[in-house]
Formats: sequence, structure tokens, C-alpha cells
Amino acid sequence: MTDVVVSMKNINFAYENKQVLENINFSIPSGSFLGLIGPNGGGKTTLIKLILGLIKPNSGSIALFDQPLDKFSAWDKIGFVSQKANTFNRGFPATVFEVVSMGLTAKVGYFKFFTKHHKEQIQQAIEQVGMQAYTYENIGNLSGGQQQRIFIARALVSDPQFLILDEPTVGVDHENVHRFYELLYQLNHEQNITMLMVSHDTGTMTEHATDIACLNKQLHFHGKPDEYHALTANDLSRIHGHNVNIVTHDH
Amino acid sequence: MLADFLQYDFLRNTFFTGILIGIIAPLLGTFIVVRRLSLIADALSHVTLAGIAFGLLLEKKFAIMLSPLYSGMAFSVLGSILIERLRGLYKAYQEIAIPIILSGGVGLSVIFISLADGFNTELFNYLFGSVSAVSQNDFYTIAGISIFIIIIIGLFFKELFTLSFDEEHAKIAGLHAKYIHLLFIVLTALVIAASIRIVGVLLVSALMTLPVAASMRIAKGFKQMLVLSIVFGELAVIIGLISGYYLSIPPGGTIVMVSILILLLSIVAKKLKNYNRRNKTVK
Ligand SMILES: Nc1ncnc2c1ncn2[C@@H]1O[C@H](COP(=O)(O)OP(=O)(O)OP(=O)(O)O)[C@@H](O)[C@H]1O
Ligand SMILES: [Mg+2]
Repeated sequence: MTDVVVSMKNINFAYENKQVLENINFSIPSGSFLGLIGPNGGGKTTLIKLILGLIKPNSGSIALFDQPLDKFSAWDKIGFVSQKANTFNRGFPATVFEVVSMGLTAKVGYFKFFTKHHKEQIQQAIEQVGMQAYTYENIGNLSGGQQQRIFIARALVSDPQFLILDEPTVGVDHENVHRFYELLYQLNHEQNITMLMVSHDTGTMTEHATDIACLNKQLHFHGKPDEYHALTANDLSRIHGHNVNIVTHDH
Repeated sequence: MLADFLQYDFLRNTFFTGILIGIIAPLLGTFIVVRRLSLIADALSHVTLAGIAFGLLLEKKFAIMLSPLYSGMAFSVLGSILIERLRGLYKAYQEIAIPIILSGGVGLSVIFISLADGFNTELFNYLFGSVSAVSQNDFYTIAGISIFIIIIIGLFFKELFTLSFDEEHAKIAGLHAKYIHLLFIVLTALVIAASIRIVGVLLVSALMTLPVAASMRIAKGFKQMLVLSIVFGELAVIIGLISGYYLSIPPGGTIVMVSILILLLSIVAKKLKNYNRRNKTVK
């Protein structure tokens, strides 16, 4: 059993000449729910891409489940819902069932086919996000918020131990955001899934996450929600580089 | 109407080959369309033409008897690997690989054809297809290729599907995107080389994409679309071959026109369905 799901040491990263992350050190303990906040362009998505191995740091080291990233291969332990999910190709002819099944492709493995057991898992994941009425509907016919729930089901279907969510609630209506946080809470508490979630909705985030991290090029804060609330207005504007009351949802 | 096709050997070869490409062309075409790569089929068919011209040149000038089917296939596969490499080189402008390879294919074809002092009727057949061009040997080769393609697609179906829908996600999950892409494009090259005898260089991409465009209008989900594409492709080939033969028109033309007819019907069918639904909800 590992105690730390992700650890980053002295990470620096630049796109061409533009320094985006500077000397990042932090770890996510198993079972925690880390809410990652910060201004647009603060480097949150970049940080996630580093964790997922999609880009390489200029310096520093990253470990997943105690293994150096370049040796890590158990990707089925990790579920991911990307920020881009809500801008995907809407016309793609796939049913909800088919989309969720893709979350199992790599886990099932090459030269093997989906069994009845896998199909039950797919149904279950669809039920978990409350979308069973749409199982055989084309994904393109759903609303943005419904699609987002399907992408969460796709991430859940492989039974991940670590779930990474990059602004998953953009475009989800108020009531469903609430249900969504309840689902995350339940996954985190009952199934002990570790969470890393990016959101600009600081209020809801501090309510639900066990830890908060603020990223704006550097990691300006990493602590409990209480500690975050105790920060002064001065601290906050330093962290966020602007007035925090502005909550942006556009992308 | 079918009687002639079953009676004469050369027609029978064409007919059975047609049935095979009616399966494999829309099968690969489905993935090509959803990945927005429709033009790649055109690029590869022109490279195949260069290979065919090369084979005919060898035959004419050097008396080396290599079936143009094989030289076409070799060029097509090489071209497909080149396209993948170019796409890797121009990551942000991947579509630029298509005009590069397409014009390269045409350029080479022109050179080979003029070196061979032209070969008019044959060339015409290769451009627009022919009902009488498939030899017994060609048929066996194409049958072997078809079985190979169907097995490979069956084995890698879920990976190809997952990769087509969301490449980034598939990579994160640990799929070997690069190799699967390569495998896919090589299969596409084989399908094109196999289909050219019947539908012709200029129209082979139509057989890969038009049935898919039609089934996309009415199918629910990917698998249904795939099956429907093959049904449409099969209909187009059979009706196109028979009518082409009796009307003395190259089958490339008739097959494509039947495909377009099916496409129009599917668009109308979809409109009617929506109209009916709307009427029902009003009542
Ligand atoms: N592919 C890229 N090439 C060059 N620069 C990039 C690229 N992706 C992001 N950047 C830059 O890196 C910085 C950090 O971007 P990132 O997407 O990580 O921010 P973010 O915190 O996720 O922002 P948001 O809240 O808007 O999602 C931005 O200034 C952006 O312009
Ligand atoms: Mg982002």
C-alpha cells in the first residue's frame, strides 16, 4: 500500500521560452481530495499534463504511486477528465455506452474482447453518474453538462484509485454541480479514491476538498480549507495575482 | 441479370472481388471519416497509380512481369508510411502531408507513363475501373488481403475506436497510438490497392467515404454505423457493377453514382423521420 499518490520535486517547466511552472514541490497523500485553484494561465492544466506524462519537466522529478514517472505503467489506476472534454467533436457517432466502454480499452488489453462482466461495469459507471436513461443515445445529442457526466463515467469505469479532474463542472448546471460534488465525496470517502480537481469555483471547492493548493506559476499555498479561509485579502491577491472575487467560467 | 456474372470467369472474378471490397472499403472508411482523414484515401490512391504505372513500365520496357496489383500495393504502403512520418513532422499542420503525397503520386505517375510511351486503354481502366480487369490470381490475392484486413480490424477494433474518438485520452490510458496509427494507415493503403482495379484511382476514396456519409445520417452509435456502411457499400458495388456492365460504362462511375443516390436517400429518410417526430409531438 502506498501513502503518497503523486509527488513532485523541484519541478520547472517552460513552453519554449515562457516559464509556466517554477520550483513546484508537493505531494498528494492517498485518500485525500486536493482542490487546485488559481488564475487562468496559472499553470494548472500544465501541472496535470506533467503528472500524466504528456509533457516532460525541464528539471525536477515526478513519482506516481512511489514509482518514477518514466517507469510507471499502471495507467489504469488513474482516471482523467480533461478540460477539453466539453469541446470535443460533437458529431462523433458513438452511443453513451460506447463512449464509456473506451475507458476500459487499455485495461482490458490488446487481443482481448469485452466480456459480459465488462459490460456490467460499463452499465454501472453510467448509473453512477445518473445517465442510464441515455445509455443508447448518441453522445452528440446530449447537452454539455450531460456529456461531461459521461466523460466522468468513462474515467470511473476502470475503477481508478486516483481521479484527476480538470474543471469538470464547466457547463454543468447548478443542481447537477451539487450532485456531482456529492458523487465525488462518495467516491472519495466510500471507495477511498484520491482526487485532484481543478476548479475556479473556490467557494464550493473549499467546502468539499480536504486540501487546497493555489497555483500561479509557483505554488503559493498548500494547506487545509480552514487555513485558506484564514488568509487575509492581501495574501489572496498576492496568490491569485488579481481580485479573487472574479470567478471566470469561460474557456 | 446476374446470369452473365456467374457464367463468365472474368466477370465472376470481378463480381466476387467487388463483394470483398464492398466490405473492406467502407470498413476502413468508417474510421477514416470519423478521424477526418477522408483526403488521405485520395492521396494514397494517386500513389498507388504511380506504383501501377511503374509496374506497367517494367512490363513494357524491361519485360519484367510483375502484376501491377503488387507494384501498386508496394507504392501505396510506402506512401502511407511516408504520410504518417510527415504528419509527425508537421504536428500542427498535419493535413499538409496530403497534398505533398498526392502531388508526388501524380508527378511520379506522369513520369512513369511517359517513359513507357503511354498506355492508353489500360490507363483508362485504372483511372475509372473496369469490369473485366480482375484475373483469377488478382482475385486470390485480394481475397487474402481482405481476410487479413478483417481479422486485424477485428483484433484492434476497440483500440482503433478509442483512438479515433479521443487520442489524448487513449494515450494517457497507455495505448500505443503511434503504432496503431501506422497499422491503420498501412491497412488503408492495402484496401486502396485492392479496390483500384474495380473502382479506379479517381473514385476509390468515394467508395470508402460515401457509404459512411450515408449511414452517419441515420445510424445510432458507431457499430451500427459500421454495419450500415458495409451494407450501403455492398449495395453500391453490386448495383454499380451490374449496371456498368450492361450499359458499357466503367464501374467506377456507376458505383459512385449509386453511392450518391444512397446518400441522398438517407438524407431524405432522416428529414422524414425528424418531420414525423415533430408532427407527433405537436399532436
Ligand atoms: N501548448 C502550449 N504552448 C505554449 N504555451 C502554452 C501551451 N499551453 C499552455 N500554454 C501557456 O502556459 C500557461 C499556463 O497554461 P495552463 O493551461 O496550464 O493554465 P491553467 O491554469 O490551466 O489556466 P485555465 O484556468 O485557463 O485553464 C499559459 O500562459 C498558456 O498561455
Ligand atoms: Mg486549464
